[in-house]
Amino acid sequence: MYNQKVMEVFANPQHMGFIEDNDGVGKVGNATCGDIMEISLKIKDDVITDAKFRTFGCAAAIATSSVATGMVIGMTVEEALKLTNAKVVEYLEGLPPQKIHCSVLAEEAIKAAIENYYERTGRKKADGDGELKYV
Amino acid sequence: MRIYLDNSATTYTDPEVFEAMKPYFFETYGNGSSQHFFGREALAAIDRAREQVAAAIGCKPSEVYFTSGGTESDNWAIKGAAHAFAKKGRHIITTRVEHPAVIKTCEALEREGFEVTYLDVDGEGFVTPEAVEAAIRPDTILISVMTANNEIGTIEPIREIGAVAKAHKVLFHTDAVQAVGNVDIDVVRDNIDMLSMSAHKFYGPKGAGVLYKRNGVKIERFMDGGEQERNMRASTLNTPGIVGLGKAIELAVAGMERNNAHIRGLRDYFVKQVAARIPHIRFNGAGDFSKRLPGNANFSFEYIEGESILMRLDLAGIAVSSGSACSSGSLEPSYVLLSIGVPIELAHGSIRFSFGKSNTKEETDYTVDQLCKTVEFLRELSPLFKNVKGEEKYV
Repeated sequence: MYNQKVMEVFANPQHMGFIEDNDGVGKVGNATCGDIMEISLKIKDDVITDAKFRTFGCAAAIATSSVATGMVIGMTVEEALKLTNAKVVEYLEGLPPQKIHCSVLAEEAIKAAIENYYERTGRKKADGDGELKYV
Repeated sequence: MRIYLDNSATTYTDPEVFEAMKPYFFETYGNGSSQHFFGREALAAIDRAREQVAAAIGCKPSEVYFTSGGTESDNWAIKGAAHAFAKKGRHIITTRVEHPAVIKTCEALEREGFEVTYLDVDGEGFVTPEAVEAAIRPDTILISVMTANNEIGTIEPIREIGAVAKAHKVLFHTDAVQAVGNVDIDVVRDNIDMLSMSAHKFYGPKGAGVLYKRNGVKIERFMDGGEQERNMRASTLNTPGIVGLGKAIELAVAGMERNNAHIRGLRDYFVKQVAARIPHIRFNGAGDFSKRLPGNANFSFEYIEGESILMRLDLAGIAVSSGSACSSGSLEPSYVLLSIGVPIELAHGSIRFSFGKSNTKEETDYTVDQLCKTVEFLRELSPLFKNVKGEEKYV
């Protein structure tokens, strides 16, 4: 049910782990639903210089985490906030319909991490944060 | 590497079975209902298969009805009995751990106004004859309890349940799809009125099954049309499939002791190795291996999710099955695991390994090694595992 691209990313995921001296962490999902994503960011002058993920979930959850972290490295936080799940799905050349929620979770994890960065630096909240799900 | 540890999903067709089937594609291809010699030759082969099935489960050939597989047999037995006995009563007893072919059939009958009692099972998946007896009401018309569970391999006490059913004069059906070829079955000794089986679970072809129905038990016919199967199940008989089923069940029963010893040996070794080498796991199903399918091992791995385990093993050339949400595309984890009390987070991280007669010790060793690597890799990746190394368990 997964395409070749998803399998490649899942076989060899990038940016695994946790940045200890991070500038923002976002964690979304819950174990009961079978998906948790945690993304930690290193940010310098509002530019994401590093991103790592830890994920409890299916192959699609791991693949989308890997892709989403890879995409935001080098982006400004403003740009990263605009990252949509559709972009992640596009990079993976499609996901099975029942796995689309994994890409949504990846988008939410990035947003939650940036939100956390904003909170820590005492700035106003990001747009649409009311819908973010923290665990 | 191509290692198949999903023998509960399906088995390969035994070459000897395939050889037996071949003439019925090219030479003896007549319709078993035809009067001419082509038809008579096909019918003779079908009758031989009927005798092979009867010998394997201890019934009469006239009690064997060929179907398309386990799902059809379950549907037919349960709906056929319910509709035939609706005037007598509308209550059915089954369990929470049945295959969807039984559960969904019962749910369909509930929508028609039948009442169904779904019996709870214990922590190893067993239902007790006492619980079955306690659930019987004056309007109970059918008890359906599986012989062995497809996910956790638990073998139910069907002989005792059959005795309870007989004592109360209630029909007893068992879904023996996982059990035939692995478990000794005698429908007379075990007081079974109806039994479902499927050829592709015991090295026969896909698309061939049997419903055994004791003579004298009146159920409704399943498909309308021709007069095949004593006017009970219309449709041209699948001669090659039926011949294959007959050959397969004959081989399965003749080789059961030898095959089971081999399969059980591999499974026991596997379970021991996994338990010794991987921490934070839960072994699901019967701990008494004499009450468990010989090839079945089911583990939950804490802090990681089942589908990702399955797919990492897939990358390593190992085929297994997961009881977790994502693999089936639904968001619910296995209801069987939840029914035996596996916490929902853990149920998400469950894998079924089912060994078959051609698996080897080398394959088992390789699987254990790859499983260790996979679990370690995914735990390193899991935000939950970090917490167990720290203070909390689940967040």
